[in-house]
This record gives sequence, structure tokens and C-alpha cells, in this order.
Amino acid sequence: MAAVNDVVIKIATVNGTGSASANGLLRKAIFRMGVPVVGKNFFPSNIQGLPTWYEIRVTADGYQARSNRTDLMVAMNAQTYAKDMAEVTSGGWLVYDSTWPRSQLLDREDITVLGIPFSKLCNENFDGVRTRILMKNIAYVGAIAALLDLDLEVITQLLEETFGDKKHLVASNMEAIRIGYDYATENFPCPLEASVMAMDNTKDQVIMDGNTAAALGCVYAGATVGAWYPITPSTSLMDSFRSFCAKYRVDSETDKRTYAIIQAEDELAAIGMVLGASWMGARSFTPTSGPGISLMTEFIGLAYYAEIPAVIFNVQRTGPSTGMPTRTQQADILSCAYASHGDTKHILLFPANPAECFTTAVQSFDLAERLQTPVMVLSDLDIGMNDWMVPEFEWDDEYVPDRGKVLSADDLDQMDKFYRYLDSDGDGIPYRTLPGEHPKGSFFTRGSGHNKLGGYTEDGSEYQEVVDRLLLKWETARTLVPKPEIIYSKDNKAAILTVGSGNGGCKEALDRLASKNIGLNYCRVKAFPFGEEVKGFVEKHEVIYVVEQNRDAQLKTLLMLDIEANPDKLVSLLHYNGMPLNAGFVVDSVLKEMAKACAA
Amino acid sequence: MSYIAKPKVSHPKLPKNKLGLTERDYEGSVSTLCAGCGHDSITSAIIQAVFELDIEPHRLAKISGIGCSSKTPTYFMSESHGFNSVHGRMPSVTTGANAANRDLMYVGVSGDGDSLSIGAGQFVHAIRRNLNMCYLIENNGVYGLTKGQFSASADIGSKPKKGLANQQEPIDAVSTALSLGATYIGRSFSGDKEQLVPLIKGAMLHKGFALLDIISPCVTFNDHEGSTKSYAHTRQFYHHVVDMDYIPPAKEIKADYEKGSAMPIKLHDGSKIVLRKVDKEYDPSSRAKAFKYLRERSNAGEIITGLLYVNEGRPEMHDLMGNVDTPLSKLSLDSLRPPDGELERILRGYR
Ligand SMILES: Cc1ncc(C[n+]2csc(CCOP(=O)(O)OP(=O)(O)O)c2C)c(N)n1
Ligand code: SF4
Ligand SMILES: [Mg+2]
Repeated sequence: MAAVNDVVIKIATVNGTGSASANGLLRKAIFRMGVPVVGKNFFPSNIQGLPTWYEIRVTADGYQARSNRTDLMVAMNAQTYAKDMAEVTSGGWLVYDSTWPRSQLLDREDITVLGIPFSKLCNENFDGVRTRILMKNIAYVGAIAALLDLDLEVITQLLEETFGDKKHLVASNMEAIRIGYDYATENFPCPLEASVMAMDNTKDQVIMDGNTAAALGCVYAGATVGAWYPITPSTSLMDSFRSFCAKYRVDSETDKRTYAIIQAEDELAAIGMVLGASWMGARSFTPTSGPGISLMTEFIGLAYYAEIPAVIFNVQRTGPSTGMPTRTQQADILSCAYASHGDTKHILLFPANPAECFTTAVQSFDLAERLQTPVMVLSDLDIGMNDWMVPEFEWDDEYVPDRGKVLSADDLDQMDKFYRYLDSDGDGIPYRTLPGEHPKGSFFTRGSGHNKLGGYTEDGSEYQEVVDRLLLKWETARTLVPKPEIIYSKDNKAAILTVGSGNGGCKEALDRLASKNIGLNYCRVKAFPFGEEVKGFVEKHEVIYVVEQNRDAQLKTLLMLDIEANPDKLVSLLHYNGMPLNAGFVVDSVLKEMAKACAA
Repeated sequence: MSYIAKPKVSHPKLPKNKLGLTERDYEGSVSTLCAGCGHDSITSAIIQAVFELDIEPHRLAKISGIGCSSKTPTYFMSESHGFNSVHGRMPSVTTGANAANRDLMYVGVSGDGDSLSIGAGQFVHAIRRNLNMCYLIENNGVYGLTKGQFSASADIGSKPKKGLANQQEPIDAVSTALSLGATYIGRSFSGDKEQLVPLIKGAMLHKGFALLDIISPCVTFNDHEGSTKSYAHTRQFYHHVVDMDYIPPAKEIKADYEKGSAMPIKLHDGSKIVLRKVDKEYDPSSRAKAFKYLRERSNAGEIITGLLYVNEGRPEMHDLMGNVDTPLSKLSLDSLRPPDGELERILRGYR
């Protein structure tokens, strides 16, 4: 049941009607009142005219996942009234535009229907079709403000920040807020039992989506070449990179840029460009999603074998094929881990939220250059495109990038002869040189068989020597990638293990299970290959619930393949309908599995 | 088979260029192509061109796709950085490399299969960007490395060793490049070093996308009677339309050119090229006229060669993007980050 500072608001609109800014205003107002919020988009793969939903979860505890409740539904889309009404949690409320009354449709007795004639009110008060549509959105924010007892001063301030000098826009938007606010106050008992009460739980927090945060990470990492081909849900990563660069990477005197964003002809070209740029020594990256990864695989294999750094952001969406492009999933884990033909395996990093997208982005360049190999950052639509409340991320101005083993012109001067693929340090990582630096540094980069000197070979043992060293490098990688987040509570024999955006729902589930006296330990993996810590964790427990967002238990498979985890103790809890994970699913599934185990 | 390094023996009598290097210093490992393969002649033309241009080997990057032709970068300039990428994708690797370091000279070597079939997309898009590179298509009308299937440049009526003649329209790299706005376009023949060497020099120094479509017979799979890419066929139907002389920066134009035929063009590094029009009708500064001429002549079965179009005025990729002159890969990462303490200010916008 909804309660003070524990409410889920869902707004149903039609896409292309400008409701995003109204929803953002609402979310920000609650956040500014010191109450934690998360905002999730459920949108169609379409530009205009189809149903879209925005869900705002108000949670005093700051839970990050979606909730499977809908306490207050704002049904602004007649097309979806019936479905939207059916979705309201018993005891909840439904607001709809009663300009056209729908009493026969709205027949649920266990919820309260609140009709507000938004269209009529806006038509009376505003001129112009577009203005009326936009103001209707602002008016529902006003109505919600009354129903939930939001601070109007905070809303005014937000509008002033948005419109700046354009005072007339602040005034007209405030008028629309008033229209909704006053109607609700006059006609319904405001506020509802489930309201928002100012608190102090958002200090040092920000609200950001993961793609923006990852783009900012690329700026801080010093990336200069970004190549891409547009694809949802990764597009906004490059859009953000572009706007940060416009601000921080243009010489104020000459107006010239210190970055190159290349919109490639396809993803094959995008990754080829990244490899070319990395080969030259620039920090280079490409953002993409599943279909793009499929196209990139041949080049990813080349980068693995020829040992060229590359950073790839895969903002996962629902597959297979085109799948559901605007829904989330974690179903590219295996295809990324082993992308490309032949014996290949790749480093994967799994941020769990936007704050980690920032740090992981920076880390991905360090690891790619240190290990001279592709690094894939696997986020997903939930992380990349939704608005998460996360602690303000920090940046250490003393940060020293790890450029890996690159020989300078001076180093080469001292050397007799340079060979590209020698393992001089015994860690499987050879030294590289950058083209143009020094005559002695030249070597031939190739995806065809090569020996440790860098020469072409078709000799089996020479070939094998190189691919065996790559395995040694893989073991080095295991020690360098980020360690998992592990939470032990007492000496539980069972645990939950998850990855990426599964974090929010699982942690909330741990709390809920604890309140039922079920204690579980927790491990969230942050990288592949799995290190000692993950291995130790798996070994220590008798039952591990592996929670992941795909049909085929890809994370579980990877645990079995990489650290030979015993499948008998890995119980898969799979959530793959395209919606972000919610704690309820985890709790219910754990309870079900426990009951099954007891019965057996 | 391991790769064979050529022994470096110094020949005191060999002529040296300004860097004190001999032509041998620009060689690579021993070619493993079939004896008589056109590609080997192109390799030696490249070696002569870079030797005469006094190019520092490590300041040039050679990049290729996959194919017999794409193997050749190992056969020249062993002191240059090379990148043998994947089939049809040389343009994207070169684009990224050039984006990161605009100071190096880029030579891309490709085949007709590599550029006109699997890599057609990357080929045309590199042209659109006016990528500053020298792009060589070693054109034999077949896929040599996979044993002689027709490529997209095969002419209608050309006969394979076995099976039926080709009936599909060929893709002509030169007219494709003309229509897409490449800024230096030539065609030549592996067997005509005199024409080829100056064309390569100009292509290397041209600022922008320079394409050379070089007929390069495959002796093993496409040099028989009935093939339109054989040595014999090429020699028979081959016409010089515009020849070209390369004149280094400090040198004056000395030769006496016939009136009305010479067209001097200044390159960005101060050197010059002089176009000598063999056919006075031809206008290598007009895309439309060049296109029409090519169409008419190739319909008549002629192979038109020379520097067919040139435009030194169009900005190349970096200038189109408005980038700094310093190569991006040379900028210190510190200089690329927002100022100290800025993150806090940025984050305030997300509260
Ligand atoms: C993705 C992929 N498909 C197929 C091949 C096989 N393959 C190698 S070279 C080649 C054709 C090369 O033809 P071309 O570029 O004309 O070069 P040539 O050998 O004629 O010089 C093909 C099809 C490959 N290497 N990669
Ligand atoms: S098969 Fe043809 S293209 Fe390949 S090396 Fe032999 S002659 Fe040259
Ligand atoms: Mg060919």
C-alpha cells in the first residue's frame, strides 16, 4: 500500500506531445523536497502518436529499482484508459481527463477515480493548439502537486531555472500549474493519504541517466575519437558526449575542436574507426546496442588477436534480432563475452547505475590500454535511459591515466630492435609502439597468423605460442578488473548473485526477505573474467540464486564456463519481459524456490 | 611458411635520396604472389614513388583489407607501420587512424573485391568524408585469393577460365568516385610504370581523397583470352588521356609543354603537378565533362587512363570537422579534461 513518501505515480500519455518536460518537472520537484525518486520511461519504438508511460517511484529509503505497484495513475491517453485503469493497485487512485466523461469505462470499485477536465480548462485559458497540449501536461503536474502536497515554491523555482529570462513562460506555466492545483484542491480531499513530505534524503545526490554519465566519463578519460551509428538505446550517449565536447573541447581562441565524432556508415565501420584511432594512440570508443555488436564481431576478433585497445559501450536492449528496441534486457552477456569466431574472449564491465557508468567509462579506457584489447561496457536501457538518483560522483583531479605499455621515442632509441608480441614481463602483455613516433617502432598489425616477433606465420607452434600468451594475459586481466560488490550478513548458506541493473531490485529484495527472517548474502559481479572473490563467494555458498534479465541464464553459464561453478547450486531467477527488474519478482521467486527445495 | 625478411645488404653505389636512403631501404619482405602478378609491379611503383618523394618510412602508414592485393603492404616499406585489417574494411581503419593522427601519410591498398563488393559501403563513405589518403585499387576483375571468381569490376562479356561470361554491369571505381566527389581520381595500369609513378606521387601529396584505379592483371585466374582484364586486352585498348609530371617543391617547371595541353596545379606542400592532356578535348577539372567522356569511351571499349579529375580546393575531413592542427592522439589527456573542480559544477545541473 502507498504511504507518505512511498508512492508510485505513473503518467500515461501519447509520445510526441511534450510530456517529457512535464514529467521531469514533477520528478525534480519531489527530489528538491529532499525525497528520493527514480523515473522510468516506458516508450514505444516510434516518434509520434503511440502510448508512452513515465513512472516515478517516490521512496524514502532510496530504492533504485522499479516497483510493481501503481498507486496514482494519471491517464492522459484515452487509447489506454482501460489498460491503465486495470493496472492501478487496489486502494490507489486514477486521474483522467473528464472533459469527456467515461463513467461506464471506469468501473473499478477498489480504486478512486478522480476526473479533472484538463482539456476544457486549458482550452478556456490558453490559445493555440500546441500551447493547449503543452499546458495540459503542466496542468496535470499542478493537479498531482495538490494531491501529493508538493511544494509550489519549489515548482516555481524549477520553472524559473528552466525558462530563465523568459518571464512570460514562467508565468504561463505557473498559470497551468494553478489550474490543475486549484481544481484538485476544490474538488477532492487533498492531499491524499499517500503524499510527499519534505525530508533530507537527497543531499549529495544527483539525478542522471547512465548514458549521460558514461559520456561524461569519456570526456574525463580524455577520449578524442568517437565513432558510432545511431541505435536506441545508445544514441543519447553520443549526443551527450557531443554536447559536453561542445562545451569543454573547443578552443576559445581558434574555435577549433579537440575531438572527432564520426557518424559512421554502419557499426562495422564504427568499430573499424575505433581500432584505427586506438592503433594511433588516441582514446577512442563506440556506443552501440545488440544489433551493432552483431555487426562488429569480425573486427572485435581482430582487436583481440592483434591486441588493439578499444572501448565499446553496449547499452543492451531486448533481443533477439530487432526485438523490442525500447525495452531493457541483459541478453548480450554471452555474445559479448565471446564475440567473434575463433578462440576469443573479452573483458566485460557491468555498471549497475549511472554513477558507475561514469567511473566504469574512465576505467574502461585504462583497462583497454593496459591490456591492449577490447573492453565492453555492458549497461542496458534501464540504466542508460532512465533517471536514477545516485550519489554525486567524485573525480580525483590527481587521476593519472593508465596508458599501458607504450614505448616512447626515447625508449626505442635505447633499444636494439623492437618486436611487437614478446612477453618481456611475464604477464602476457607485450609492449606496443605508436605509428609515426620512431623508425625503430614500426611493426605490422595483422589479424592473420603471426609469431611473437610480429611476423606472418602459418607455423602451428609459432601460432600457438601467441594464443597461449593471450591466455596468460587473460589471467592478468582477471586480477585487474573491478572486484564484485559483496555483502555478507551472518553466515548464511544461501545467497543472491546478480549483475548490472539487477542490483537495485536484488538489494531491495534482500531487505524484504530479511524482514521475513530470511537472511541471504549478496554478490554483484562487476566484471568478466571473474576474479578470486567471485570464485570464493560461489564456493562458499550452498545455494546461489542467480538473478539476471535474460531467458537463457547467460550469467550462470558464464560462471560455469569461466570459474567452473557447480551448476547444481546455481538457481536461476530469470526476468526477461523487457521491463526493468523489480524487487517483488526476486522475493516471490526466492520464496517459490525455497518452497520447492523444502518439498523435494 | 614463415615470412622472409629480405637481407639488408648495403650497395654503396645505389643512388640515395635526400634522407640518405636507397630505393632498397623502401622495400619490404619478399613477395609471395604468383610470378607475373600485376600487384607486384604496383608495389615496385610505390617503392619508386616514396623513394623519390624522400618520405620518412615511419611517417607513413600503410593499411589494407584482405586479398592478394591487400597482402602487398608487407612487400614495401618494412620500416613503416602497417595494418592488414579485415576484408573490405580498410577505409574505416584508415578513417579512424587519420582522425587520431592527421600528421601521417596514409596509403590504403585494396582490391576490386575488397573495395567494390564487400567493402563498397566503406569505400564510398570514405570518399564522402574526403579522407586525406591515397587509395589504391589493384583491379584484376576477380577475387584472386579465393581462386578467381568474378568481382564487381568484371566487364560485361568478360570470360572466366571456366563457365559463362559475366553479364552483370560492372561497378566502375572511377565514375563512382567522380559522382561522390573524390578530389583526385586517376586510372592506370600496373604495366605502365612511367605513368603510374607520378600518379602515385601526386596521390600521396594530394590533400583529400585520392583514388587510383590500377588495372593489375591476375596471371593465374584472369589473364586468358576473352578476359577484359588481361595484359593483352589492357595493352590493346589502353589510352592515355591525361599524363602527369610531378615537380618537387623547390624545382621550377622546365619542360616545354605543348601549348594548350599543359595544366599546372600547385599541391598543398608546395610541389606541383603538371597535367599533360593527350586528348586536348579532355577537361580534368570538370566532374560533369569527365563523367561524360568516360562513359562514352568506356562504352566504346576503351580503357581511359591518366589523372582524370583533380580538385585541390575542397577541405579534407579534419577541416570539414573544424579540428585543431595538432593530431588528437598527441594532445595530453590532462589538457582534454574539464578544469579542476568542474565536475561539481556540472553535477549541480542534475539536482
Ligand atoms: C568476411 C570474409 N569473407 C570472405 C573472405 C574470403 N576472401 C578473401 S580475399 C577475397 C577476395 C579478394 O578479392 P580482391 O579484393 O579483388 O583481391 P585480389 O585477391 O583479387 O587481389 C575473399 C572473398 C574473407 N577473407 N573474409
Ligand atoms: S592469384 Fe592472381 S592476384 Fe593472386 S597473386 Fe596470383 S596472380 Fe596475383
Ligand atoms: Mg581482385
